[in-house]
Amino acid sequence: MQSGAPTPTAAPAASPPGQRREAASIARRVLHLFLYQRELTPVLITVALFVYFTIRAGSTFASELSLSSAAGYAGPIGAIAVGEVMLLVLAEIDLSAGQVFLFAPWVEYWLHGLGVPLALSILIALVVCCGVGAVNGLITLGLKVPSFVTTLAMNFVLFGLVLIYSDDAQASPIPLSASTGSPGFSSQFMGAWLWSEILWVLAITILGAVVLTRTRFGTRIIATGGNLLGAAEAGVPVRRVKMWSFVICSFLAGLVGIVDAVKYGSLDPGNFGVDYILYAVGACVIGGTALTGGRGTVVGAFIGAILIGVLEDGLTLIGVSTNDFYVWVGVVIIFAMALNAQFDRLIARSREA
Amino acid sequence: MSVPPEPVLEVRGVTKRFGALVVLRGIDLVLRQGEVLGLVGDNGAGKSTLVKILSGFHQQDEGDVVVSGERVRFGSVEAARAHGIETVYQDLALIPQLPVYLNLFLGHELTKLGPLRFLDKRNMRKLSRQYLDEINVRVPSVDAEAEQLSGGQRQAVAVARAVRAATKILLLDEPLAAMGARESRLIINLVKDLASSGRISIIVIDHNYAHLFELCDRINVMQEGRITVDQAVHETSLEELTELMVSSYRRQLEDVPSAGA
Repeated sequence: MQSGAPTPTAAPAASPPGQRREAASIARRVLHLFLYQRELTPVLITVALFVYFTIRAGSTFASELSLSSAAGYAGPIGAIAVGEVMLLVLAEIDLSAGQVFLFAPWVEYWLHGLGVPLALSILIALVVCCGVGAVNGLITLGLKVPSFVTTLAMNFVLFGLVLIYSDDAQASPIPLSASTGSPGFSSQFMGAWLWSEILWVLAITILGAVVLTRTRFGTRIIATGGNLLGAAEAGVPVRRVKMWSFVICSFLAGLVGIVDAVKYGSLDPGNFGVDYILYAVGACVIGGTALTGGRGTVVGAFIGAILIGVLEDGLTLIGVSTNDFYVWVGVVIIFAMALNAQFDRLIARSREA
Repeated sequence: MSVPPEPVLEVRGVTKRFGALVVLRGIDLVLRQGEVLGLVGDNGAGKSTLVKILSGFHQQDEGDVVVSGERVRFGSVEAARAHGIETVYQDLALIPQLPVYLNLFLGHELTKLGPLRFLDKRNMRKLSRQYLDEINVRVPSVDAEAEQLSGGQRQAVAVARAVRAATKILLLDEPLAAMGARESRLIINLVKDLASSGRISIIVIDHNYAHLFELCDRINVMQEGRITVDQAVHETSLEELTELMVSSYRRQLEDVPSAGA
């Protein structure tokens, strides 16, 4: 209400009447498109950044190495963001997903060190991640602790566990990683190949988007987040829906966490998951997901992650210091959120009219 | 109506407490096959609590609920639904962000085969359109999100959803609240059509005596967690009915001076 910013209206200045009406109708249609396809704005921004960096940095930006580095940056953020969107649509949040992302490969590493076969140790690590999600859900739903607090605490617990059981020493190389010799197919598949992580994340994004928009579970997530009481009265098992979403969010973070660890070949116990989760929530917001529940887009979150990746990579290449990068991420997040809030207001106004 | 039809629902001595607060103090109520029963009473008289017990959302502390001769105790909304009972709540159960057709099917969505349970959107759209046409409910489109509808349209969709799913009993908790005259007319006609089919029996909560008089076969007045008046509508007039209710309120106020507001 306080903002004096003019809302984008669609009336071109001076042109002949008929042409003007036509132009106005086109402008209205374009506005409508942007209002209801929230992913469109971040896509355009990403494309614009891409073009800008290509011009500024020349062919180095569009090179395979540079793009894979952007993808490497976007991958973890994107994977965490996909699960996060489901929780944000439920009007919940998981702040521990970033730490689960770092925790999962440690579990795998420890188990393998105890003589558990590699495939089995990966599997058990993923089950442990699901367990972390289940604990998040149980505490949030059973003890009525807000998920913001539950998962914030979980974040610290997991961080501490890694420090304790790693004896504060880096693990390197971890099994499957490229540095263990010539990587076989399974290690290529699990992350050693340049593009495997981003392909995992792409697959997860597509699956997540399909689940949210085309399945009964997705509908029930939207219903639960949009009107908790109404959904429960209609017979939606709202607690079960939330529980599963916590589990899925942790599972996805853990899965890509293992892929990411294989890719880089080493584990650093000092890494803090909050770095990842804040980018992931930022990616969700940039992609057009509100934190109020009922609305969200998985594809948007993925695009938000790509945008952050392109920004990081591009700014590095044109020789801007990383410090500037943080300022830019902050600006983009605020811009995206403000734009979405204005879009919501426009939708509300058009309904009143 | 010389021989009264079988009761489809009987409530016997139902009580309900929320902590120290006694909301229902022994409710006795009968709903007969094909009947529309009106329930009136002050805010806080316990009408909504009673409806929530019948719909499985709350559980009674004492007393019995009998549906078609069978003693039941609903542990969940699904359990009540399995007995053919559907409810429209006054807190508007629609999901603002979902389209009309998904709101109509929420809780019993049509899905295709497969582990992911893909929504059968095409069928749900088609059936929604047919169904809304059939009962004369008009919406801009079944793809419109609920928050894009007017208040009356939303309520009509909510009633339509419950009507569609109900096989035995429909509970309407203030279906006409916050609605214009034309929209009220729409809902009243909807309920009357439904009742005249004799397929299901209906309990309506409302504050408007004129609406209830038009809609109902019988009216019960609830006060302080009890049913104090049980009056067949065809034996009375609107004036008489209003007088009856007002006098019973007056009596109550004289009996229990501390119970005001």
